[in-house]
Amino acid sequence: MSALSSDRLWPWLRACLCLAIVIFLIFPMVIVVIVSFSSAPFLTFPPPGLSLQWYRKLASLPVWFDAISTSAMIMIPSALIATAAGTAAAVGLARGRFPGASAIASLIMAPMVVPVIITAAAMLGVFRSWGLQGTVLGLILAHATLATPYVVFTVLAAMRLVDQQLESAALTLGATHWRAFWRVTFPLILPAVLSGLLFAMVISFDELVVSIFLSSPTVRPVTVQMWSDVRGDVDPTIAAIGALLLAFSIGVLLLETVLNRQRTHPFAARAEETATQAAP
Amino acid sequence: MSEALLQLNGVSKAFGNIMAVDNVSLTLADGEFLSLLGPSGSGKTTTLQMIAGLAHPTSGEILLAGRPIRPLPPYKRDIGMVFQNYALFPHMTVARNIAFPLEMRDMPRSEVRRRVENVLKLVDLPGLEERYPRQLSGGQQQRVALARAIVFEPKLLLMDEPLGALDKRLREQMQLEIKHLHTRLGVSIIYVTHDQDEALVMSDRIGVFNRGRLEQIGPVEQLYEQPTTPFVAEFIGESNMVRGAVREATSGRCTLDTDDGPLRGHAQHAVPPGSTALISVRPERVRLEGENAHDSDRNVIQGRVCEVIYMGRLRKYVIETRGGHRLIVAQQASGVQVRSFTVGETVIATFAPEDAVVLHDSI
Repeated sequence: MSALSSDRLWPWLRACLCLAIVIFLIFPMVIVVIVSFSSAPFLTFPPPGLSLQWYRKLASLPVWFDAISTSAMIMIPSALIATAAGTAAAVGLARGRFPGASAIASLIMAPMVVPVIITAAAMLGVFRSWGLQGTVLGLILAHATLATPYVVFTVLAAMRLVDQQLESAALTLGATHWRAFWRVTFPLILPAVLSGLLFAMVISFDELVVSIFLSSPTVRPVTVQMWSDVRGDVDPTIAAIGALLLAFSIGVLLLETVLNRQRTHPFAARAEETATQAAP
Repeated sequence: MSEALLQLNGVSKAFGNIMAVDNVSLTLADGEFLSLLGPSGSGKTTTLQMIAGLAHPTSGEILLAGRPIRPLPPYKRDIGMVFQNYALFPHMTVARNIAFPLEMRDMPRSEVRRRVENVLKLVDLPGLEERYPRQLSGGQQQRVALARAIVFEPKLLLMDEPLGALDKRLREQMQLEIKHLHTRLGVSIIYVTHDQDEALVMSDRIGVFNRGRLEQIGPVEQLYEQPTTPFVAEFIGESNMVRGAVREATSGRCTLDTDDGPLRGHAQHAVPPGSTALISVRPERVRLEGENAHDSDRNVIQGRVCEVIYMGRLRKYVIETRGGHRLIVAQQASGVQVRSFTVGETVIATFAPEDAVVLHDSI
């Protein structure tokens, strides 16, 4: 009898626990979004009324516009570099048989394991001597380094699913290694490459620790701007920018999910299309 | 069928300490159909990959039309290859798959279209140009793979167990189609299989692989009638083998002392008197007779029927001999002069010395 009741109790407890965790994680974000529409002149919850005043203020302050455009200027090139380098590394690690491959793999993965603060301090030291500290280029390189392991992970997983015989077949049919890659392998891993690109974009846009170390008063990504604002006067402008960042991240991740669905059923949509065409 | 298109001279491939292919030499004539037959892991696929350029020999040499093939990368060898799992490009339509080797050769578009159309007719797949591989049945995918491998008119076509994934009926139909295609195109084919029936149906010659070695290569009939090793005798068709000591050996004739008395057969290789050897005879060459049949020219083994298997055209008997061996005998199931036997009956099995081969005991 006691076994029966514990059987029923456990799933119930588990559901409660999960719900609590979800509320704990999601609720602050919901509050940020609500507060961003507040009519009160300071941060308070629940807001006395709704207005768009903080978004108007945000648009009128050039410092936020600059921060967002700096972030974008860093995000796009760093995501592209991370994607190109990460894809190349993943292809090499998946196909190449060379000495030290596993050492190279762990080196590439290092930024995921090493505490960010260590990476940040190390980059500060090196970039300062190279004259990259406080420049957009420095932040681009730093973010690319941070994002590359995520691209390598995603693309490596996809490469493991691509049958090596396809590449062999392309070679026997007259394709050079280069053409075999672009005509056969790359189209098959493209969804993973795009996922990697989106991840890299989000990582760059959300990154704070390394950015604090490498930014300067003139080159200041949006996360660093928020950080310095939070430490000073806090008004709901910060909630408005937070809500915008949240919207951006959710949008990118939704896009990634859509791509992922296509990856699990590649060509399924077209298959149905032709099937219905074939049926008279 | 005179000029040698392909030649392997002492080709070996080692993976670490393991010899995947061990000192293989063979010659392929222009227009010939050669099957490489052997159990899985016997080195036949590795041999094929070395010919295609997907693997490199550790030692030895491969000549294509008289010239060493080693400096040529796979994409310059002009050798068609059909893979075991077809290796069709999943993101390309049938037409794009088949056009791929032509596009790699920078052929003009109109020519590509014409050739794709023709080859689809040849493999009997018209109208499926715009389908994707996963929309096709196994047999159709097989045909597309074949079309893609022959559309650029290679002189040599390599096939790696191409029919392994198909069911029996379709396999038999495709065997005939590939054979017809071979005659029609005049292309040379090296066909890897582990299915001995398939090899017998299709090939001009068969090379039998075992543990990386080419045990025997020759015309189909020769392999069946005159196997040179016990492995070949067992792998191609069924064989009864009895071990014995060589009593005497004179000019091809050889007598063995076995548990079932002296047995005679012909030996292709010298077997020294006193050594142990195997005598091998095909089930259909053994005759079962009643108690008192006597023919001094034939080998005689006494035994008891312990199993009868009716197989339609044939009836198979498993005989337990007096010497304690199992002997399989296949006889016509119907016929005027053939009598059938029942389980438990005492019988005499006889076979002519010409039908028995004496082999080195290497098992």
